Amino acid sequence: MSDQEKLAALRQQREQWAESTLQRTLDRHPERQDAFMTTSSAPVERLYTPLDVAELDYERDLGFPGEYPYTRGAHATMHRGRLWTMRMFAGFGTAEETNERYKYLLAHGETGLSVAFDMPTLYGYDTDDPQAMGEFGKCGVAISSLADMEALFDGIPVDEITTSMTINGPAAVVWAMYIAMAEKRGIPIEVLGGTIQNDILKEYIAQKEFIFPPQPSMRLVVDTFEFGSQYLPRWNTISISGYHIREAGSTAAQELAFTLADGLEYVRWGLERGLDIDEFAPRLSFFFNAHNDFFEEISKFRAARRIWAREMRETFGAQDPRSWLLRFHTQTAGCSLTAQQPENNVVRTAWQALAAVLGGTQSLHTNSMDEALSLPSEYAVKVALRTQQLIAHESGVVNTIDPLAGSYFVEALTNRLERETYGYFQRIETLGGVIPAIEKGFFQREIAEAAYRYQTEIDARQRIIVGVNEHVEDTPIHIPLLVIDPEGYERQVARLDQVRRERDNERVGTTLEALRQAARGTENTMPHILDCVRAYATLGEIVGIFRQVFGEYREPTIV
Amino acid sequence: MTDKKIRVLIAKPGLDGHDRGAKVIARALRDAGMEVIYTGIRQTPEMISEAALQEDVDVVGMSILSGAHMTLFPRVMELLRENDMDDVLVVAGGIIPDEDVPALHEMGVQGIFGPGTSTGEIVDFVRQNIL
Repeated sequence: MSDQEKLAALRQQREQWAESTLQRTLDRHPERQDAFMTTSSAPVERLYTPLDVAELDYERDLGFPGEYPYTRGAHATMHRGRLWTMRMFAGFGTAEETNERYKYLLAHGETGLSVAFDMPTLYGYDTDDPQAMGEFGKCGVAISSLADMEALFDGIPVDEITTSMTINGPAAVVWAMYIAMAEKRGIPIEVLGGTIQNDILKEYIAQKEFIFPPQPSMRLVVDTFEFGSQYLPRWNTISISGYHIREAGSTAAQELAFTLADGLEYVRWGLERGLDIDEFAPRLSFFFNAHNDFFEEISKFRAARRIWAREMRETFGAQDPRSWLLRFHTQTAGCSLTAQQPENNVVRTAWQALAAVLGGTQSLHTNSMDEALSLPSEYAVKVALRTQQLIAHESGVVNTIDPLAGSYFVEALTNRLERETYGYFQRIETLGGVIPAIEKGFFQREIAEAAYRYQTEIDARQRIIVGVNEHVEDTPIHIPLLVIDPEGYERQVARLDQVRRERDNERVGTTLEALRQAARGTENTMPHILDCVRAYATLGEIVGIFRQVFGEYREPTIV
Repeated sequence: MTDKKIRVLIAKPGLDGHDRGAKVIARALRDAGMEVIYTGIRQTPEMISEAALQEDVDVVGMSILSGAHMTLFPRVMELLRENDMDDVLVVAGGIIPDEDVPALHEMGVQGIFGPGTSTGEIVDFVRQNIL
């Protein structure tokens, strides 16, 4: 029998099953719901069979790990060779307090660092700026100058461990502070490994921590690509992020499509600068969310690798296989956590992390049980880290590569997400590309629509969230919450005053002026930013120069 | 209540860009028949009280997840009083720890809605507490 004949026969058997065995069961016991759906409100069928993946071609669509199109994994041995980096996103209060937390996490087996900055830092304001009122140290650590960066990494071997920094608008400046900190310790900068998030497009789309308008922001991003490819070959100069798009309420398909569309836009900008694709593309990295829907999430990671490889090789003609490779960090879904019965969040996080591992993640943050209430306590963050260690050492899922490949359901989902992604690519192109689509509010509207639908499904109890609209308890919460040093603000401002007093203010003025000239022209701003940082110019002063030259962005308000 | 539409200002105070909740609430109140004005993100207390005055709203709803509420909310309340808008119903949502709730009630923030609140609950609260 040919494959076509086999499928035809199977189709017939399937129909027979539906009319006989299935129908008899349904007549006696109807299903619990009329329809079933994923976390993204996409329909899920009762059963998947070879009929649902009839078009799948093993060599073309799946291949082998470490080889094009990388559907089965980025590396030939995956987690058998090396476990993912256990990288917990952390930061609060002063640099000293956060430094202590990093040492605590490293002592408990964390293998990479990840810095959370406070709101003022994310917007390029010094701690004592009037705009920063009430925000110091609340969502992360405050870094206003090189002195804070030095305190943050004091006693931590930054030549051995990789550091990821979630910073976007002022990414170039904060990266320069990290580089200058290492220089001062006598570490050659070419050995530094890590990541700056630096993904400004998703700020306009979802996270909203933009400062400047899109065009000059993109120029700064490309400046970091160029500088990194010359001087820091081990640094990921961007982490193209779907995480925040998903947290803002998107579906899995939207997260995938918008993130990859952003990635392709960065590639176009790099090429326009005259960079060789194989010089900068290997340092592009990605960051995805792991939400509740186990199989949909795993499929999303697999589809991401396949689409990226194809686009880089076929559309952009990259030659170096490292340019085809989508490497990614994952964070479990903060928006899935509940303030009610917070201990349940440990379980949610565990299966989300399991999905990330089965999807082939390169590094992972697991959320703490208390994150719908506050920043994580030591107790909660340790349980979250242990969750990763349990998966790594006890679950057995790391022993073989991409174990869900060939599942009719997972392959059909992977294909569906890929199709939907290309559908979005087309719509974005019709709107004139990513930046015009941002300016027209396209992404924002799509995400708001999905977020509202999700909430109405919960309100209508079409979607059950344990502890929220089912199995509700009215008991007080028992877990201990983080307490931040109440004197931190004063100590931070004191250090900032000291920096301003003790530095060579003439040198600060000269370097800031040189940066202004560079910003007005077209040369790469990174060397000038580094000069400012080395002179202990503050974050607010440096970003202030860019604010003056580039202006600030106001977004279209979309509900 | 008269049949006049309830006018609501939904505002995002401070630097916090987490606007998912604010937008969901804005739509839910609108779907419930209210007139909703959404300020967008990064609003100072001055901008919020000014918008409340200009738009002549019955309700001000603030959403904040950054933790800066104990600095920003008192300032908004003070400015509303200065504008003779004491009669406006002020509600808030986001990540607001339980221990801050009594102080917020004290300063006149009447409804405080944490994660997991249904939109229906907020709609009902607004309807029942509007003067």
